[in-house]
Amino acid sequence: MLLYIVRRVAYAIPIALLVSLVCFMLVHIAPGDPIDSIVPPDTPKEAVEQVRREYGLDKPLPVQFAVWLSHVVQGDLGRSIASRRPIAGDLMLASGKTFVLAVTAATIGFSLGVALGSLAAFFQGTWIDRLCVGFAVAGVSVPHYWLGMVMVIIFSVLLAALPAMGAGPSDWVWDWVHIRFLILPAITLSVIPAGLITRTVRGTVIEILNQDFITTLRGKGIRRSGLLLHVVKNAAPTVLAVMGLQFGYLMGGSILVESVFSWPGTGMMLNNAIFRRDIPVIQGATLVLAMFFVLLNLIVDLVQTAIDPRMRRT
Amino acid sequence: MSGDILVRARDLSIEFVSPDATVQAVNGVDFDLAEKEALCILGESGSGKSVTLRSLLRLNPPKKTVMSGSLSVCGEDMLTISDAKLNSLRGRLVSMIFQEPMTALDPVFTIGRQIAETIIRHEGISRGEADRRALDLLELVQIPSAKRRLAAYPHELSGGLRQRAMIAIALSCRPKLLLADEPTTALDATVQIQVLLLLHKLQQELGMGIIFVTHDLGVAGEIADRIAVMYAGRFVEEGPVRDVMRQPMHPYTRGLLGATVHAGMRGKRLTTIPGAPPDLSDLPPGCAFAPRCSEATRSCTADVPALHKLGPERGARCVLVEDAA
Repeated sequence: MLLYIVRRVAYAIPIALLVSLVCFMLVHIAPGDPIDSIVPPDTPKEAVEQVRREYGLDKPLPVQFAVWLSHVVQGDLGRSIASRRPIAGDLMLASGKTFVLAVTAATIGFSLGVALGSLAAFFQGTWIDRLCVGFAVAGVSVPHYWLGMVMVIIFSVLLAALPAMGAGPSDWVWDWVHIRFLILPAITLSVIPAGLITRTVRGTVIEILNQDFITTLRGKGIRRSGLLLHVVKNAAPTVLAVMGLQFGYLMGGSILVESVFSWPGTGMMLNNAIFRRDIPVIQGATLVLAMFFVLLNLIVDLVQTAIDPRMRRT
Repeated sequence: MSGDILVRARDLSIEFVSPDATVQAVNGVDFDLAEKEALCILGESGSGKSVTLRSLLRLNPPKKTVMSGSLSVCGEDMLTISDAKLNSLRGRLVSMIFQEPMTALDPVFTIGRQIAETIIRHEGISRGEADRRALDLLELVQIPSAKRRLAAYPHELSGGLRQRAMIAIALSCRPKLLLADEPTTALDATVQIQVLLLLHKLQQELGMGIIFVTHDLGVAGEIADRIAVMYAGRFVEEGPVRDVMRQPMHPYTRGLLGATVHAGMRGKRLTTIPGAPPDLSDLPPGCAFAPRCSEATRSCTADVPALHKLGPERGARCVLVEDAA
């Protein structure tokens, strides 16, 4: 098991390197000379050349990558073109906000998904099953920015019960003043993972309930509660894999929801940066989100292996 | 026969009901099993033998299964038994081993855990005590380096060892009745005979009754006291194992014997039974074997032949037997 962990962590390193290379190349893949996005178009030639040297853009690409990577490793993601502020600090703040939103949405979505999925599986073919599946299909089909707007109209405009924008008056604290701001975006964001997890759990549990060893367990006189333990342990690896991916999407893919609710997280930061063509910010934010994905996959892999002994064979 | 009656089935019928069709898997089966007795139910795929066996523990899918007639197992009426009573009977007084030891064991729990779980469930002893019992059981079923195997997962064992572990689970609470659903079919020929001999030895030592389902005549001859040959959900012939093997009365039994390699076949050609078993959702009115039978007469297709008794434990459902008697 220990060997597997070491090996799996070692695999993550080349993946991380490749991801950072892609992020680095973003600047150069974008059409035009990257220098044009830094200096105003009417700058004199000597000034442009000076900026080019300052940014190290006169050196060959591999050298530029090495320099950039050494800065990134030290936590220096460069400065934003728009605000001239260090990106790392802003990104930290925004990631914190996104993390709060993602964790809340994941908690709601995953618990709802597991509950509805298991209900549907155990009552397969009944109206309970149909209700749960109906919810799941609706959950994955409804565009969440649309749902977000509908929620704003109902709860903020008509009922005036919850705020429609922002993340509260100060830095994040778990009190009612701030949580009020979290409710609408978190619910909106939780609907897709809730639907997906419902379907995954239902499918997995039904498959397990049809397996021979369930008959063996019934034949041993194991009660329903004992049976549940076997079902959970068998279903966990599959469900966790989907959850891990979904959590990754919540961290990175909440651009639309964060924009609808003006939630000051990485999604909104990325959105603004794209509109301003603020390439260093896009680069930094993409890198952080991608690294988060790599880390998440690593964790899911390790947890799966801990649960299912068949995966320990390498 | 000796001792008390463990199983008594009278006119036992089992139907599987679904919106598309009603499948008559078992159509009026009568049998008894005494303590320490070994009965073998012989038949080809789809003859209803596994369904009959599973009904003894009510392991057929509960929503679709309709049982009728009467069936008592260890003194309990299996048609009316409560879930709680059923669950305390299962694995304690009556236990079952299955055909496919790979899929019949939970892949993510160790062998030791799956044995101990049963003991804890029925005897309420501590985990440590149950683990010790599990070790004894693995030694009882002759698993080498039992201590190490306790912590093994099913995929880490060979087919033969898995089936031995399955037997250990079944024996964990010293049942009075062991049900075996083709326990050697999925194993290599050499391993088959080992497992079979082990089962036979354990049955003698522990004094269990055993009902053994198989399509393999050789297996039946090895372990059984009595044989019941099943076709299309009915027992077409039954009797002590020697009598049935030496003097098969029913054409189907003769067909089975002629299609199998066994001691009496030296120098003879193997034959086949033409055709296929009937559709259980659409049974013919008369003898279900008549369409495949070379000796069928007009009277065969009129009514289901009655059971003709040829002795206290010997009988066959065939009109030709009546003529002979």
